[in-house]
Amino acid sequence: MIVRILGEGQYDVSDEALDRLNELDAAVEAAVEAGDDAAFAAALAALLDGVRTVGVAHALDSLDESDLILPPADATIDEVRALLAESDEGLIPG
Amino acid sequence: MSLMKRISLIFRSKANKAIDRAEDPRETLDYSYQRQLDLLSKVRRGVADVATSRKRVELQVAQLEQQQAKLQSQAEKALQMDREDLAREALTRKSALTNQITDLKAQHAQLQGEEEKLTLAQQRLQAKVESFRTRKETIKATYTAAEAQTRINEAMSGIGEEMGDVGMAIQRAEDKTANMQARAGAIDELIASGALDDASQLNAGDDITRELEQMSSQSEVEAELMRMKGLSAGQEPGAIEGGSGGGEVLSEQPETSTEEGPR
Repeated sequence: MIVRILGEGQYDVSDEALDRLNELDAAVEAAVEAGDDAAFAAALAALLDGVRTVGVAHALDSLDESDLILPPADATIDEVRALLAESDEGLIPG
Repeated sequence: MSLMKRISLIFRSKANKAIDRAEDPRETLDYSYQRQLDLLSKVRRGVADVATSRKRVELQVAQLEQQQAKLQSQAEKALQMDREDLAREALTRKSALTNQITDLKAQHAQLQGEEEKLTLAQQRLQAKVESFRTRKETIKATYTAAEAQTRINEAMSGIGEEMGDVGMAIQRAEDKTANMQARAGAIDELIASGALDDASQLNAGDDITRELEQMSSQSEVEAELMRMKGLSAGQEPGAIEGGSGGGEVLSEQPETSTEEGPR
């Protein structure tokens, strides 16, 4: 399974490791819903660290799509909300 | 649905929407490749812009540190001349500078981080664009409609995701540097107006600044005088060596000669 951390790149993560990541992901989600900045920052850091630890960097020149995409390490709650908000504007500027 | 899943779906649908598809799939490949090259040069510009901002902050820190050292030495001179009020003023100004410098150093670290991130993003995109170009040529060479369409879709969605990611990274870096540039501009203005220091320029600044400056030039004059007195004292023995050479004469001689000397 390929996981992308935005602003950082893609990682190969084994399916067995995914359960643990899902737990960490749930914590991030709960923090976003509660609007708890401190909990969010800690949970996101734990999730991304988890991916970096269990994952192996995916080949730089591959053109594979990611199965999962995660917010950048320095993202704020508002940015994640904005990321989740459906909008028509394209992601690629210019 | 998990957060990861939701973000993935939204991100992907946006990235796919951003891909312009031509009627002939092969044209889509060429067109997309052109967009990739454009984005790549945009990242390069982004890296250069952040580097420029970083250097500007470095320059400001150097300037402020220089002024800080100047105020420190002025405070010391003021104290030597029993002007505690002036010493206090100089130190107060110095501490205001210290805060600015701490602030600027934090900004500098942030800019350095953005620069590194964008540089890595550039490398990732570069590798993928290169690989897309190879794949594009292969697909075009072996073109048979149905099969090609599948392979085109694969290549396009992979690069689309990367482009979306890099596009976002550029946007974030731009937002951050724009913020800092406004503050850097304000500090440049402060430095230019002399409000931050400027005990260094005679006849510039306020009364206290002038007094500090005057005092430091006075103390420089005193130091120069002392130095000259010391010199002439050292030369005297040589000057009268050929004379009678009495010890009493030697001890008196320097005093009289220096009083006439530099004044």
